[in-house]
Amino acid sequence: MSILSVKNVNKNFGGLKALNNVNLTVDAGTVHAIIGPNGAGKSTLLNCFIGRLEPDTGTVTFDGTSLLGIEPHEINQIGVSRVFQTPEIFGELSLVDNVMIPAFAKRDGIFTLNAWRQIKTETAIRDKAMVMLEDVGLAAKAGDIAGQLSRGDKRRLELAMCLVQDPKLLLLDEPTAGMARADTNNTIDLMKTIAQRGVTMVVIEHDMHVVFSLADKISVLAQGTVIVEDMPENIKGNPKVQEAYLGGAHL
Amino acid sequence: MSLTMNRNDVLLLIGFTIVVFAAPFIFTPIGAGYPDLLQKFAIFGIFALGFNILFGLTGYLSFGHAAFLGVGSYTAVWSFKLLSMNPLPAIFFAILLGGLFSAVIGYISLRRSGIYFSILTLAFAQMCYNLAYSVLTPITNGETGLQLDQSDPRILDTAAGIDYGAALPVSNFFGIDMNSTVETTLFGQTLQFNSGYYFCAVLLILCFFISMRIFRSPFGLMLRAVKSNQNRMSYTGLNTKPYALAAFIISGMYAGLAGGLMAVTDPLAGAERMQWTASGEVVLMTILGGAGTLLGPVIGAGVIKYFENIFSSFNEGILMQAYSFLPETLQHALVSISSLFVGEGWHLTLGALFMLIVIFLPGGLMEGFRRIRTGISRLMGGGKSGKASDRASAAAE
Repeated sequence: MSILSVKNVNKNFGGLKALNNVNLTVDAGTVHAIIGPNGAGKSTLLNCFIGRLEPDTGTVTFDGTSLLGIEPHEINQIGVSRVFQTPEIFGELSLVDNVMIPAFAKRDGIFTLNAWRQIKTETAIRDKAMVMLEDVGLAAKAGDIAGQLSRGDKRRLELAMCLVQDPKLLLLDEPTAGMARADTNNTIDLMKTIAQRGVTMVVIEHDMHVVFSLADKISVLAQGTVIVEDMPENIKGNPKVQEAYLGGAHL
Repeated sequence: MSLTMNRNDVLLLIGFTIVVFAAPFIFTPIGAGYPDLLQKFAIFGIFALGFNILFGLTGYLSFGHAAFLGVGSYTAVWSFKLLSMNPLPAIFFAILLGGLFSAVIGYISLRRSGIYFSILTLAFAQMCYNLAYSVLTPITNGETGLQLDQSDPRILDTAAGIDYGAALPVSNFFGIDMNSTVETTLFGQTLQFNSGYYFCAVLLILCFFISMRIFRSPFGLMLRAVKSNQNRMSYTGLNTKPYALAAFIISGMYAGLAGGLMAVTDPLAGAERMQWTASGEVVLMTILGGAGTLLGPVIGAGVIKYFENIFSSFNEGILMQAYSFLPETLQHALVSISSLFVGEGWHLTLGALFMLIVIFLPGGLMEGFRRIRTGISRLMGGGKSGKASDRASAAAE
């Protein structure tokens, strides 16, 4: 069953055709990777999912709702969470506060003036946040200030912040970019665990290593067009992919 | 209530209440125990507490909060003129009008952030000031300022059969005059218990309690999130704008109340209350005390008002006396240097103090207290426990 469908999406920046008739279907419960060389249009496409960019033509439908023309917070409220290239967290707040904020957002909606309630009595939310921190291996640091974490830990925290909302779809934009090898492997393991729980994920990546160990299906984007959409094992040998992505060299 | 509040918060609230109520005892020995100054402590404490909810939590730096202070004062005086000399309707309408004005100004200014937001609020406040000073003279009485008059209607008072006779009426809380003072002598000190101060004090404690509830609420956490990362916030399913606007309106209502109380303790209102210097003053108070901390703004307000009072009262004669033990040439040299910093020039002292705080204690006086506390606990219990309590007290802020 498809949860996200992109149909005939075009996007031009001046004379540049960033996206040229892109079609894409993401099935529920799968990990779908979008790969491609630099400038292929990966980030442009992702920005069309989350309300940052409006395609010139075409549709982006999530779970029966169009994602076009609605605000980022509304997109999140219908079940799409996003992990950024550079981890976006609340750097001045404690880890547990960082995870409680999305939990409140999920329960109370886009705005609630609950100025008289006290966080101390919100035990259900706090427990949920602690379980998530446990899951990503940060429970011991729950009281620390988030800004002082390492890059890899920040990414784990960001994943916990997304997962506490039980998203129907998790978008990851180069989740291991700029990370040391050890951090990268840890993050991949964590993403595998998340995938095993049945969370639908769309991963944008150019690190092949990350993609092949994680994805159920891969779409290869080159010059704004999806040139191949297939299982990972078939992608490696595909001559079109080698041509576009690797400039003809063998993997 | 004890169930929903931290033990430390309960202690802080009790301690705060005791200090505020015992203020005439505490501040008389340092020459700050007289009603006029104590009232200023309480009123500017409220003003800074409210400003801190906006600036300390959301990080939006408003340079126009004096506008709401002025609106509160004018509203209170009009309430005295039209309705009653009772301060309750006066502060009720002052809070209401403060809230309405801040809703309009906040709604427009919050379309921008950072420096542009600050400039917009500053522009609005200057507009309010100029309107009050000249254009709206029928309402504000322009340059002279809005004052009470024997012939004011005072509908409610007249209906209740209260007649102030030929004298100019005094604001009174169900018969207790706001300017009445009881004097006693204790240990050779003359203590003054002023009803106007205690009226402000009760409201200050109430405002402190509300501020504490907001700080510890999910809403307060969202306001901190606004300051920390608005991008993450919106991708987390939260609309940042209404949170910032709510904080702006709450702080506007605090400012309205503070302005109203100024009129309660001294029933007149002038446009100068809305000038940008007054807006700047509350920024200084908040930063000096410690933006984003619960107690800091009240302390900042107290310190600035105290120094204003002390330093502006010094003159050359007092300085001459202070340096009289020195040789005459040195005495004259020192006096001519120090006199720049006192009297009319006390702002120079304030500026120097502010610079020192910002450079050496960016977290304000509260950070200074925290450092002292950590230093002491480190001395007492070795390095390890000192670090732990440092973290604990940082988390408590």
